[in-house]
Amino acid sequence: MKWGIKSSMEKFLPWFIPILLIGGWQFLSWTGAIPERILPAPSQIIQAGFDLTVTGELYDHMSISLWRALAGFLIGGIIGFLFGLLNGVFRFADLFFDTSIQMLRNIPHLALIPLVILWFGIGETSKIFLVALGVLFPVYINTYHGIKTVDKKLIEMGKAYGLRGKELFFHVILPGAMSSILVGIRFSLGVMWLTLIVAETISAQSGIGYMAMNAREFMQMDVIVLSIIIYALFGKLSDMIARYFEGRLLRWNN
Amino acid sequence: MKPFGQQGINVSMKKVEKNYEDREVLKGLDLQIREGEFVAIVGKSGCGKSTLLRLVAGLEKVNGGSIELDGGPLKGLNKQARMMFQDGRLLPWKRVIDNVRLGLPSHMKNKAIQALTQVGLKDRVEDYPSKLSGGQKQRVALARALVHDPALLLLDEPLGALDALTRLEMQALIESLWKQRKFTSILVTHDVEEAVVISDRVILIENGKVSLNQPIHLPRPRQRTNPAFSMYVDEILSRILNRKNNKNYSMVVNKESESLFNSINN
Ligand SMILES: Nc1ncnc2c1ncn2[C@@H]1O[C@H](COP(=O)(O)OP(=O)(O)O)[C@@H](O)[C@H]1O
Ligand SMILES: [Mg+2]
Repeated sequence: MKWGIKSSMEKFLPWFIPILLIGGWQFLSWTGAIPERILPAPSQIIQAGFDLTVTGELYDHMSISLWRALAGFLIGGIIGFLFGLLNGVFRFADLFFDTSIQMLRNIPHLALIPLVILWFGIGETSKIFLVALGVLFPVYINTYHGIKTVDKKLIEMGKAYGLRGKELFFHVILPGAMSSILVGIRFSLGVMWLTLIVAETISAQSGIGYMAMNAREFMQMDVIVLSIIIYALFGKLSDMIARYFEGRLLRWNN
Repeated sequence: MKPFGQQGINVSMKKVEKNYEDREVLKGLDLQIREGEFVAIVGKSGCGKSTLLRLVAGLEKVNGGSIELDGGPLKGLNKQARMMFQDGRLLPWKRVIDNVRLGLPSHMKNKAIQALTQVGLKDRVEDYPSKLSGGQKQRVALARALVHDPALLLLDEPLGALDALTRLEMQALIESLWKQRKFTSILVTHDVEEAVVISDRVILIENGKVSLNQPIHLPRPRQRTNPAFSMYVDEILSRILNRKNNKNYSMVVNKESESLFNSINN
């Protein structure tokens, strides 16, 4: 009995402050203490979300944003992962590529936006390119580092037990690098959303960032705040998915 | 390949040299081990015991001299040998059963379960290594080594990190599996008592060479309380520590004292 109370307390307690804040916010908006043109009430934001859902606009913007995020993430993530593996495993590739990649990594990818717009215009390519570029480096660095720091003693053991090449890679090296690779992926998810927000805000004709910028022109505060909240939810969702896979892939770790 | 019916293998090291950069670790080491023999190697830390095992396992190449297995030169990885390490080296991301199956053809799962049964861990096959105690991990490592039916078992301080009671248990387990399967065995240990209790012969490595080659003539199972037992231990220890307390110190126990030991023992 006591335990039951404790566990439901544990479930509820983290939500206490958010609920209080939103309740307080709604109350203050209602009394007029928070003017509508500074911050709309939660109920107005929900209303805006509902209206945009009915017209189908919200769905269109959300799906185009998700598509850009996913495409950029996959392209950048796969390239970063493959280079990380290649340079981590093969000494020649390491010598050949690593220094150049480390140099490129020091360029803040968002600084490339003007150049990217000139290259690709403001179409899909420019946004996917920027996201891919932002995602590539954290995935690369962590994959590379993970492979380089696999316990040498385990590799020696694997060899002593007759593992070579592909077997050694899949049984020992890749699993040994996995926790570092996953750190890279989680970090890159943050970079992915950040890059997309900036790119969509500066140069786009669709997507959540565009929806926010467009709303600014018409002073639609509720839509702006809605966009921010949607980004936050996207970020939270992708982090939860990443954590889920982390839990599954690193099950042995606890 | 070993002749039919032979379970162990003869190992012959002749003038083996090994250096890392300009540090000479082994400087012309000679050592012959008969098939089925249990040899213990002792020596100060850093004297090259692990290096010797890695050479015999074929994980590294000699810089000079030769290693022969049943008369044939060792080339590349020694496929007839299996090694057990002090730190176990289980793959933490594999369940116990999959650790034991490492490098084994997939249809041989039953053999892995058999091996785990032999070391008394049949009920832990599905656990991850992080759930096991130190002693249990070493049992898994032992099962993993034995599942390949090695002709040569190389043990690199496998019990060094275990508590005293678990060690005794493991020593008995290793000895009984060795008696049963008759593989050749090389045990590196820093515990002289362990060397004397389990081996046919204790080898001391000093300055890159074998400096003591001491057969242990005590009936098995050996009793630590036996005075002859402590004499062996004392002599080997004082030899390691270079205690020149004995004037005509020939540390090799001669035939007379041997029979004396045995008469005390019986
Ligand atoms: N891979 C290596 N590279 C360089 N030096 C090594 C290497 N392996 C061992 N050594 C050196 O060789 C000597 C013997 O090491 P080792 O065989 O591990 O000693 P032991 O097992 O007897 O304690 C030590 O001085 C050690 O530093
Ligand atoms: Mg050692």
